[in-house]
Amino acid sequence: MSAEPRIGVYICHCGTNIADNVDVQQISKFAQGLDGVTISKDMMYACSGPSQQEIMVDIREQKLDRVVIAACTPRMHEPTFRAVLEQAGLNKYLLEFVNIREHDAWVHNDRDAATEKAKDLVRMGVARARLLRGYEEKEIPVGEEVLVLGGGISGIQAALELADADYHIHIVEKEPFLGGTMAQLGLTYPTLDCSTCILAPKLSQVERHPRIEILANSTVESVEGYVGNFTVTVSQKARFVTDACTSCDKCTEVCPVAIPNEFDVCLSKRKAIYKTFPQAVPAAYAIDFDTCLNKSNLLVCERCMEVCEPQAINFEMLQRTTRKLHIDTIIIATGAKPYDPSSIAEYGYGRYDNVITTLDFERIYAPTSPTDGDIIRPSDRATPKKIGYIQCVGSRKPNPALHQHPYCSRICCMISIKQALVIKSKIPDAQVTVYYMDIRAYGKGYEELYERARRAGIRFIRGLPGEIRENADKSVTFIGEDALLGRMYSNRYDLAVLSIGLEAQEDSRDISSLLGLARDTDGFFIERHPKLEPIDAPVMGIFLAGTAAGPKDIRESSTQAKAAASRASQLMRKGVFRKEALTAEIIEERCTGCKVCEEICPSHAISVDGVAHVTDALCAGCGLCTAACPEDAIDMRHYTDAQIIAQIDAALTEKPSEKVIVFTSYWCSYSGADMAGTARIKHSPNARIIRLLCCGRVKPEFALRALEKGAGGVLMATCHPGECHYERADLEARKQYELLKGILREAGIDDSRLAMEGVSAAEGKRFAEVINQLARKVTVLEPIPAKKLDIARQKLQEHKKDLQRVI
Amino acid sequence: MEFEISGDELVNKVEELSGQNIFSCYQCGICTGSCPFAAEMDLGPRRMIASLIEGQVEVLQSNTPWICASCFQCVVRCPNDIDIAAVSEALRQMTQRRGFDHIDLSHIPAEERERIPQIAFVGSFRRMTR
Repeated sequence: MSAEPRIGVYICHCGTNIADNVDVQQISKFAQGLDGVTISKDMMYACSGPSQQEIMVDIREQKLDRVVIAACTPRMHEPTFRAVLEQAGLNKYLLEFVNIREHDAWVHNDRDAATEKAKDLVRMGVARARLLRGYEEKEIPVGEEVLVLGGGISGIQAALELADADYHIHIVEKEPFLGGTMAQLGLTYPTLDCSTCILAPKLSQVERHPRIEILANSTVESVEGYVGNFTVTVSQKARFVTDACTSCDKCTEVCPVAIPNEFDVCLSKRKAIYKTFPQAVPAAYAIDFDTCLNKSNLLVCERCMEVCEPQAINFEMLQRTTRKLHIDTIIIATGAKPYDPSSIAEYGYGRYDNVITTLDFERIYAPTSPTDGDIIRPSDRATPKKIGYIQCVGSRKPNPALHQHPYCSRICCMISIKQALVIKSKIPDAQVTVYYMDIRAYGKGYEELYERARRAGIRFIRGLPGEIRENADKSVTFIGEDALLGRMYSNRYDLAVLSIGLEAQEDSRDISSLLGLARDTDGFFIERHPKLEPIDAPVMGIFLAGTAAGPKDIRESSTQAKAAASRASQLMRKGVFRKEALTAEIIEERCTGCKVCEEICPSHAISVDGVAHVTDALCAGCGLCTAACPEDAIDMRHYTDAQIIAQIDAALTEKPSEKVIVFTSYWCSYSGADMAGTARIKHSPNARIIRLLCCGRVKPEFALRALEKGAGGVLMATCHPGECHYERADLEARKQYELLKGILREAGIDDSRLAMEGVSAAEGKRFAEVINQLARKVTVLEPIPAKKLDIARQKLQEHKKDLQRVI
Repeated sequence: MEFEISGDELVNKVEELSGQNIFSCYQCGICTGSCPFAAEMDLGPRRMIASLIEGQVEVLQSNTPWICASCFQCVVRCPNDIDIAAVSEALRQMTQRRGFDHIDLSHIPAEERERIPQIAFVGSFRRMTR
């Protein structure tokens, strides 16, 4: 668009919200005089129906090709006015939204200062609007194939929901049978119904379902592509038993190999050909080739094959087969792992026979257990009469030296209460005592179960034992302090049960790197937003279900699994996914193919093949690549270099030395500034906020430009470490910041003019403090001599040249 | 005894002297459950910390910090990595800085003086006097 733009500017009074503190009419007149502005108006409520109509009429009659709205935060009404533009026939990206309420009228006491700031903000908005371009949003077709990773209760629930909605599901499970940890449980809380009884029907539904394919014994080798276009390579270990298997069990009778049965947490033995439990799915038995004698052709044992009437055993199967699946959406339901307390020396798990975990105990009392549900203790298989539980084993231990976990595992309190009630019902004269630090019975029906347990005579003692000692008769003694009564205890038990928590799966790191997902410090997958997007993974088209994202019980896992199914189906039902045009754009003639961008991209959206290419569907718009590119060969759609520089220049037109240019990240510090407004936290009117998606977008050139134009200071307001919306962009932003700091120092410029501070979306007060601090400091400094700035500019160029050479 | 310090000041001072975050305590009781001398103490380590959290200045009169032998059993097992021995040490220091010694040579009978091993003797005086 070479012709002079025709911009319409609308300044909102917001009733008295803005008008009380900003001279709205004066701003409107001021805007009229700005380059490119065709029409400028003030409106009582710009968001009202009649005002929207008026804007639409103006767009048509005045032939406006850009619109600037100066009103509240764009979080509130940007979508409203984008819709207005689209209705009037303008591309929605031709709207510039200027925040003069939260960022101005609500945070300053001095009306003149607030009006001056509003002028600057509108001037910045118009300067950017002149350079706005319209974009067509990419439409990515999304088909109906779903990969469910993990065949535990979460994966099963998600798969059934989606299969019933007519999608095609592939469940990939690394074990030979589905069911996960739930299959090992005896009863489930709070209703105390049998776990297998509620799981088995689900399992057979999965097996029978015409639109569900079960890939057991399988792992994902690689994942390429993006939503609607994933190529997943699955590697399947041979089962050596075909679907012809009728589960007659004759094979296990003749198999000579007996090894500890992991399903029964090694409390029993199993054969090399086996099935974990009678209702297991797939129904066919499986041969564990690592222990089968027929392995290295040293000893030909084919006894199972000889007795198998349906001839279901086939040793000729390929050891491993790989398949490529074309997948549209992915559900991660890889689950969690029960904590192994062997390393807690003072509790003696693994050394003392009668110290077991809650999972071990499930395999003792469960109806399918080796004892057929009879409660025994391991040392002598006698019925234990005094049983002590210890809570929070592996959980709530932030002390890194203990190698346990800092978080609450959420399920262990209720598991112990459930098991205590089971013991009471099976051994009425048993004494059960639960040692705890806090009982967390937070769910529906949970508190009631806790009360029932207390009424049933189960004792709860506040105060975890310091240690367990084993006695000569293999009984154990707990030593500790009853914290409520304030006295020491030394209590003997026939059996000690450690209430263990959950931890991240060992392979969660592999899965995270396969799929480009982020994990928290505990190894669990991170959701796109902890509160408002608790189902979506940060990568579009991937959803989280169950304990892979953190400890949950069956009920919560089901809830999340069904929600994940719903989110996936929402995406697939439309058949297309519209991607916002906020993506990186390669300027090919400058690109040297150095791969810096490819390495830095947290979304794996860039591939270099001679020159860099951006996969729009994957690009999240953080802008790290633009700042890192040594050739300036990458720009950002809708947040272009030219637009940002125009905003900087406009902000510094008058009295630049009094101003602080603040680069904000939309997901954190921008909203932090909004929060300062909502909470009316007054602060210095010197800040001029530039909205970016992430401070990783800030090129050193931007900050230098601001200083050259005489800005008092420059602030990069980022998220706090580890809270980045784009995984680790904050760290890269910090690198750019450190680089520029170094350059300023080398040039003899006071580097305190440049600051980087973490401000979260909730920290209005902190935003105000940061602004006050910096404004106080830098606005009194002497102007920087032009010569020094020239040196800094030169140093930056040299740095880039060095970078190019190194590459 | 009158205390010339408020509860808030006390806990701040103890945190400053010990370098520990007292408020991270869960009151799980593992410390007292692990302490070989808990039976001899009026409060024991858990209640010593609880008293500090609640600003009970009477904790300055407790025998707990003086009995604490700094064996570190509680320290190694604390889920929150609180160096409880350092907290005891801080409380001892605060009493000593107010001009009190916990033991006095003249109060130890001569025959007992003979029996106490030298290293215990020296150690006690180093810890419990100014």
